[in-house]
Amino acid sequence: MNHWIIAPVLVPLAAGALLLVFEWSGLAAKRVICVTATAALIPIGIGLMGIASGGEQQIYYVGDWPAPFGIVLVLDRLSALMLVLSSVLAAASLLYALGGDDTKGADFHALFQFQLLGINGAFLTGDLFNLFVFFEILLIASYCLIVHGGGPARTRAALHFVVLNLAGSSVFLIALGVIYGTVGSLNMADVAMKVAAVDVDSIGLVRVAGLLLMVVFGLKAALLPLGFWLPSTYRCATAPVACLFAIMTKVGAYAILRVHVLVFAGLPDSGFLLEAWLLPLALATVVLGTIGTVAAVELRATVSYLVVISVGTLLAAVGLFSQEGLAAAIYYLAHSTLVTGGLFLLSDLIGRQRGQAQDHLDRSGAVYQPVLLGTFFFIAAVAVSGLPPLSGFAAKLSILQAAQASTAAAWVWGVILISGLFVVVTLSRAGSAIFWSTGDVQGEPRPVRAIEALSTGGLFAGAVLLMLFGNPALEYSAATAKQLLDASSYVDAVLANEPVSIPASMRK
Amino acid sequence: MEALFSIAIGVLVAGGVYLILRARTFPVVLGLTLISYGVNVFLFSAGGLIADSAPLALPEIILHPDPLPQALVLTAIVIGFGMTAYAIVLALKANGELDSDRVDGDGEQ
Repeated sequence: MNHWIIAPVLVPLAAGALLLVFEWSGLAAKRVICVTATAALIPIGIGLMGIASGGEQQIYYVGDWPAPFGIVLVLDRLSALMLVLSSVLAAASLLYALGGDDTKGADFHALFQFQLLGINGAFLTGDLFNLFVFFEILLIASYCLIVHGGGPARTRAALHFVVLNLAGSSVFLIALGVIYGTVGSLNMADVAMKVAAVDVDSIGLVRVAGLLLMVVFGLKAALLPLGFWLPSTYRCATAPVACLFAIMTKVGAYAILRVHVLVFAGLPDSGFLLEAWLLPLALATVVLGTIGTVAAVELRATVSYLVVISVGTLLAAVGLFSQEGLAAAIYYLAHSTLVTGGLFLLSDLIGRQRGQAQDHLDRSGAVYQPVLLGTFFFIAAVAVSGLPPLSGFAAKLSILQAAQASTAAAWVWGVILISGLFVVVTLSRAGSAIFWSTGDVQGEPRPVRAIEALSTGGLFAGAVLLMLFGNPALEYSAATAKQLLDASSYVDAVLANEPVSIPASMRK
Repeated sequence: MEALFSIAIGVLVAGGVYLILRARTFPVVLGLTLISYGVNVFLFSAGGLIADSAPLALPEIILHPDPLPQALVLTAIVIGFGMTAYAIVLALKANGELDSDRVDGDGEQ
């Protein structure tokens, strides 16, 4: 049992608790603790990825309780990839926040660590109820982080977000109750095994539970009928918070991958439970996001709708339910998280230099550093709209290739390509409005700080690196998809502990 | 007992849904609380309802209820309590900042 597996949960937990103890101390001390803990997560994540790429699931039995009775943490290729992604995004977002955004409200650093605790925990856990608990941890931290910085717009967005997610949590609990009531376990591997052998009377109930879980995860991921909270929430949040939230929709997508591809895969007579639902809803999400990007009048709103498009595209690839589709989805997930996160930071930089015009897409303001920000914007636009030569192109190409085998190929090709065209048009329009505003308008002399350029540029560099090392990245995604579809190896790995020795006093 | 249980859960959740749709922050918070009560009772019954059973699992007792849903519902209650507290504070803040207790934040019509 490798104890490093629990480190991504323990490090932010300890740092967050420490930050609460040091609540009275100066800003410098808090920053040191927060930066140290966040920076430590990157090598830990990469190390775990090295272990996971060996191909075997690594299981951590918390408290050494045997599965399925205790809680297990499972490290496989997918969770390791998600850990690395969240640590990189968190590092960039924190670095950017050090530019002054962390002083705009109370306890930013502690909340930031608790948010990471919830996110990392959700990626690692192998237990459905524990997944609920980690979801609640990341949600309560995000409720507070949304209102960071204050103001009526943030309060209104937070109210919607909180009420929707509280309702979502209730649905989650109902689904868990149904699962426990029918199969008698909440350990994912155990449920996967028991679902495959469930008796005929209970199949309906298990399907209901699976679809209720899809409602919850769809709400988190902002899938179409449940995604209307996303644009206003992300647009209002402070830039580093919005950047960190780029991984939050991906938590929902991750949960769909983990629970519906793995746990409900063995359900008799139905293939994949979501086969009829996920693809149409995802494509409709892409359409809605595209309409939103075209209609948006602020850069941050445009970026929020780009997140909606990325969720739709990602889940459409998942909805193909083929190994190629999942591989493409996993590569696209890494690409879109980094690029949309960077775009939120970039829109904040642009908005700050344009004075009154902020990030409105009109010609009334100019940026102070057009070359630097223009270059960033160009790279981001090329990456996010899926043009060659950056990672977005490789990601979308592999999704389209994966769709060829599907009966819905025409729909997938049509929607994704036309949406891409509209995104190119919208971003060209946005870029020319912001950077080609001629005349006497001067930008506000608030130059970009080195750490801000580093964090924003670092995220876009991710898109370049994903392309430069495209072959290993795609191979990793393919291996991840293969591992994900091999549910029996997951079940065997988790349940392969020593038989439980029941103490004599407990025996009947 | 099953019928009584399911009617109680149904009434709680139906009342909660009605209150959430009132679209003012206080009824919405009350509605969420009612739903979470209903869900907690539902979760409690996930291990099956056994009449006349012992409350504890002791070696000599054969008929005892499943302890796991009790642990789950305890966790759910604690989390729900914290979330409701935050929702109330946020509703108060929204009432002060937006001058309205409507959830969409628009003024009185």
